Amino acid sequence: MNNIFVYLEIEDGIVGDVSLELLTKGRSLAKQLKCKLEAVAAGYKLDSIGEQVFPYGVDVLHLADDKRLYPYTSLPHTSLLVKLFTEEKPQIALMGATSIGRDLGPRVSSALFSGLTADCTSLEIGTYEDKKAGKVYENLLYQIRPAFGGNIVATIVNPNCRPQMATVREGVMKKEIKDAKFVGKTNKLEVSKYVADTDFVVEVIERHMEKSKLNIKGSPIIVSGGYGVGSADNFKLLYELAATLGGEVGASRAAVDAGFSEHERQIGQTGTTVRPKLYIACGISGQIQHIAGMQESAIIIAINSDPKAPINQIADYVITGTVEDVIPKMIKYYKKNSK
Amino acid sequence: MSFKIVVLAKQVPDTRNVGKDAMKADGTVNRAALSAIYNPEDLNALEQALRLKSKIEGATVDILTMGPARAAEIIRESMYRGADGGYLLSGREFAGSDTLATSYALAAAIRRIGKVDLILCGRQAIDGDTAQVGPQVAEKLGLPQITYAEEILDVSENKITVKRRLERGVEVVRGPLPMLVTVDGSASNCRTRHAKLTLKYKHAATPSEKQDAGSDYTNLYDAHPYLNITEWGVSDIEHDPQWLGLTGSPTKVKQIENVVFIAKESKCLSASDTEMEDLMKELIANHTIG
Repeated sequence: MNNIFVYLEIEDGIVGDVSLELLTKGRSLAKQLKCKLEAVAAGYKLDSIGEQVFPYGVDVLHLADDKRLYPYTSLPHTSLLVKLFTEEKPQIALMGATSIGRDLGPRVSSALFSGLTADCTSLEIGTYEDKKAGKVYENLLYQIRPAFGGNIVATIVNPNCRPQMATVREGVMKKEIKDAKFVGKTNKLEVSKYVADTDFVVEVIERHMEKSKLNIKGSPIIVSGGYGVGSADNFKLLYELAATLGGEVGASRAAVDAGFSEHERQIGQTGTTVRPKLYIACGISGQIQHIAGMQESAIIIAINSDPKAPINQIADYVITGTVEDVIPKMIKYYKKNSK
Repeated sequence: MSFKIVVLAKQVPDTRNVGKDAMKADGTVNRAALSAIYNPEDLNALEQALRLKSKIEGATVDILTMGPARAAEIIRESMYRGADGGYLLSGREFAGSDTLATSYALAAAIRRIGKVDLILCGRQAIDGDTAQVGPQVAEKLGLPQITYAEEILDVSENKITVKRRLERGVEVVRGPLPMLVTVDGSASNCRTRHAKLTLKYKHAATPSEKQDAGSDYTNLYDAHPYLNITEWGVSDIEHDPQWLGLTGSPTKVKQIENVVFIAKESKCLSASDTEMEDLMKELIANHTIG
């Protein structure tokens, strides 16, 4: 009872990275709170889910295996979680800030009247003092998220309602196996006890899912461009540098909005969070919402014609110059000096 | 046949164009420095609603918004583009609402409106980016939901067919009416104002706006009842006060901070050939690249 629950997103029998990242976070929160980590898998043909998630330290895996539960639709998965949470009374429930988690989370939170915080960038445990009521709450989940377009960071708590629910985007938390040999308990749920036939009102007629062609998150080197790159044409220089170094091309929101790059490449709070070995920021001024998505990069090079660009503060190397001038030189001297 | 569509819309501060004066010295948001706009994805939802209005005989489109008196602006804006009218839900009892308390109030207002066939809203609002209010309103009303809609493909035989835009693909789903659909920013942009409608609805107003304007126009509203925008306060909706405003909000804000990043000691380089070559050599030598 009062454990931490993670809802698993499953596509073609494979648990999504976002869920594995949440399990990793859930594991460390569970350790801090001295409680168990539990996971919920709802879908069809779930036999291999256990071996995928137990290495992340899942103590109990709840399986709802039913042909009608895949692909995901809102009502059946909501009913399942609402009933399961009512029985198990988790203190914390986490899910991905994806088109599934952001469809399911609010519905479940509304049914249970429990607070939900979307798109958290950090989750911590701490105390909260309600000065008006003169009450102190121990061991609450701090749900930390940017607000107002990333200009402020808010810490949200749910003092009274359980579970404390939060969604987190893919790539924000780190994924780390705890013990490859660990095997937890499996609890097979009798689906008909949790989901009513009348929940299956929305039918999926067509579905075309693609494996993302881009792997910005996994790339060790990212060459990223902002509004200062100036044009889609100048962005070609970034592709050239990325190809030379064996990296991927990213973009700031401003560059995407200006049509220099496609949305999939966006890095920042409303795009992907990355932590590459090397991040080369070209013509990026450094809005808060961008920096939040790349500040953990090991080495940051900022190329900017404005020596006062905010991004320079967090860069290891600040190159003052234009993209057109600097990038060809980088390519030239890389080729000259590498074998 | 009637077909009643309600679009949930919100007036939001324009967080996408935040200037340097957007934050006060104490770290709070300077709302006065941000212009108030029609939440972008709610406009995408309005467009889908207006398309259905032209396709379905007897269909009507009304806007429901919760906010201060000035939020009536977005109802008028919707009327200029083709909506029939709207409802403003306003009152200090709603202040401090999180998404759950907001959904409770909106759901109560929809019940007051009566039989609704389709509820549309934007996927999320740019001031909070939570995407929670749509699904929560659906849950409160006991309706099914379809989120992330890019296009409403068909409405017939009491069913709605919707194309959804997801992170890694598209999905076409069909479900029964009444239904709540949240519309994604990838959907068609909203049509612009229609000149004739703009003239027609220029003086559309809520009762409080009419009061502020004085009695000059009294005859106008009697002659043209379509100029009346409905305004409801807390007493106009059936509610339990404990689910409204701050007390109805399970989430509490513990702390708000300005974003501060830890500055690094950086090496400053010019774009000269020598410095560029030295940099590439250094990065190769420490195995960052190569």
